[in-house]
Amino acid sequence: MTPAARPAADSARPTAADLPPGTDAAPSRVRSQRPGRRALRAFLRNRLALVGVVLLTLIVLAVIVAPNYVPASLAVKPNPRQMLSSPSAQHLLGTDEIGRDVAARLLYAGRVSLPVSLSAMLIALVTASTLGIVSGYFGGWLDQLLMRITDALLAIPAIFLLLTIAAVMRPTVTVLVVVIGLLAWMDLARIVRIETISLSKRDQVEGVKALGAKNFRILFRHILPNIQGPLLVAAPLIAGRALLTESALSYLGLGIQPPTPTWGNMLNQAQQFALSAPLLAVAPGLAIMITVIAINFVGDGLRDAFDPRRS
Amino acid sequence: MSNQRSKDAKGAATQTGPLLEVKNLRKYFPIRGGIFSRVVANVKAVEDVSFNVQRGEVVGLVGESGSGKTTVGRSILRLIEPTAGEVIFDGVDVTKLSKAHMREYRKRMQIIFQDPFASLNPRMSVGDIIGEAMTIHNLARGKEREQRVAQLLERVGLSPSHMRRYPHEFSGGQRQRIGIARALAVSPQFIVADEPVSALDVSIQAQVVNLLQDLKEELGLTLLFIAHDLGVVEYISDHVIVMYLGRIMEIAPSKDLYANPIHPYTEALLSAVPIPDPTVKRDRIILQGDIPSPINPPSGCVFRTRCPIATKECADVVPPLVEVTPGHFKACINR
Repeated sequence: MTPAARPAADSARPTAADLPPGTDAAPSRVRSQRPGRRALRAFLRNRLALVGVVLLTLIVLAVIVAPNYVPASLAVKPNPRQMLSSPSAQHLLGTDEIGRDVAARLLYAGRVSLPVSLSAMLIALVTASTLGIVSGYFGGWLDQLLMRITDALLAIPAIFLLLTIAAVMRPTVTVLVVVIGLLAWMDLARIVRIETISLSKRDQVEGVKALGAKNFRILFRHILPNIQGPLLVAAPLIAGRALLTESALSYLGLGIQPPTPTWGNMLNQAQQFALSAPLLAVAPGLAIMITVIAINFVGDGLRDAFDPRRS
Repeated sequence: MSNQRSKDAKGAATQTGPLLEVKNLRKYFPIRGGIFSRVVANVKAVEDVSFNVQRGEVVGLVGESGSGKTTVGRSILRLIEPTAGEVIFDGVDVTKLSKAHMREYRKRMQIIFQDPFASLNPRMSVGDIIGEAMTIHNLARGKEREQRVAQLLERVGLSPSHMRRYPHEFSGGQRQRIGIARALAVSPQFIVADEPVSALDVSIQAQVVNLLQDLKEELGLTLLFIAHDLGVVEYISDHVIVMYLGRIMEIAPSKDLYANPIHPYTEALLSAVPIPDPTVKRDRIILQGDIPSPINPPSGCVFRTRCPIATKECADVVPPLVEVTPGHFKACINR
């Protein structure tokens, strides 16, 4: 190594000459943060992302502490004297068709729906990115095999698969999470695969190969960080879809069984009262919507924070 | 300097003879079709290419788009696996090395890319981009790595403070300097510069060529300089290889080639180099048509379909490379 051998004045020459006057490409401010801290600062500067974090935290906290303040009986025990009552001081969101408190049901439903959708989302993200990257990067027979499996799963309507699984196993929350998660990754895996293929052909990856990097480093340092975009956009959509899949299953009597409430089955049961008691549908609907939007905000925030070009 | 360098380089077999010998290199890209993905045709990107690169010299590799020059460069580094032929680097045929063994050789041969916008990971800081090579080969870590990155940045004409910045904050010329620093990070002996200035503004091209020239002299580098324009290559190269449709048309010492081109394709290329003097009138040789398809190249001499002096015989024989004067080879039966 002889990089220092040159006189400093000489080596400084080309930098200035590189740029026409007035078009300084690099800001003069010197940043000295580490990448992790830079990402954190960028994230904290993003207001929508913070709104998302606050909303999610509030929802999760409310659902966790609910049993300490709201008796479970309010959410599950019928009360024939209070059927379909309007909101009041006693029942903040009114009661349903058999007199259960809607607000209490919403909180208890969250204890099932949130873990189901969030873990299904995680399972789907991990599966989709692993299979998509491996398929796209290595190609060949492995790619063929993985993509044919993906196609097969895409071709079978999810509901039939779920019916079969439900017939064999008792639908506990864990089974439900795994099944919903494993049925939600296919389209994302295809997107990840295509992104990986186009990235692998770029000189940025060729250059690292020429340096002698092993596959593990290329996949984790050079491919995964550059396909974050589609992953983080897809994440909230998958979470939302998982909530609805769960409700469809409940509707068919295969998901979480009544009287245990979930946001999905509350929404389903409210159908018949859509005109007479719209709040029955609006309440769980809003819960799902706010959760999905909050995840979306956080996802966008993370995407921007990790991209040096945006922050 | 060069002594220390060769001591670093593991398994340096020979100290004399060419640093790089390419022998009968061939690369076909299969085109698959039909339901069972059978190979229906081949793109013959490189066909029977042989040449030597001596230690410490710069060899220019010139040809228009589709002539196979980039494929040659990447095959040497095994970024593309050649279909046939040998790439003998310092006495060892690297095409036969295992992946693990090849990794050792990657310290000795590096590449600089054409497009400085596509060749740097946008999510890594400049310090990480350059330092990664040292991490991969366990050359330096922590403070030491940082110091060496700073030295490299200064060496290529950037400032050590640029280490914490990201590629998008730099201009094309500066990014190309970062690419050069990355290639230098492993202290290579040999660098393939794959059209390193083609994507840059003309005003910046000369600076980057100058930088490569300086680096070559100070570090004793050997360069394969790929370009599509003889003008850029003239200045930096000791030898020039002219390629057309996957084959070598002419090889000559740089001065000889420009003063005394033999092959009609070389003449045509030379006549396209602009002369910065409006009073000089020159007959330009304009080639008719486009470069033919490499899937179905012309028989005999591949250049005959566009050659101004082609005769019937040109369709029958593939012209061999013949030495005309010492070091000056041509592949043409009519000259």
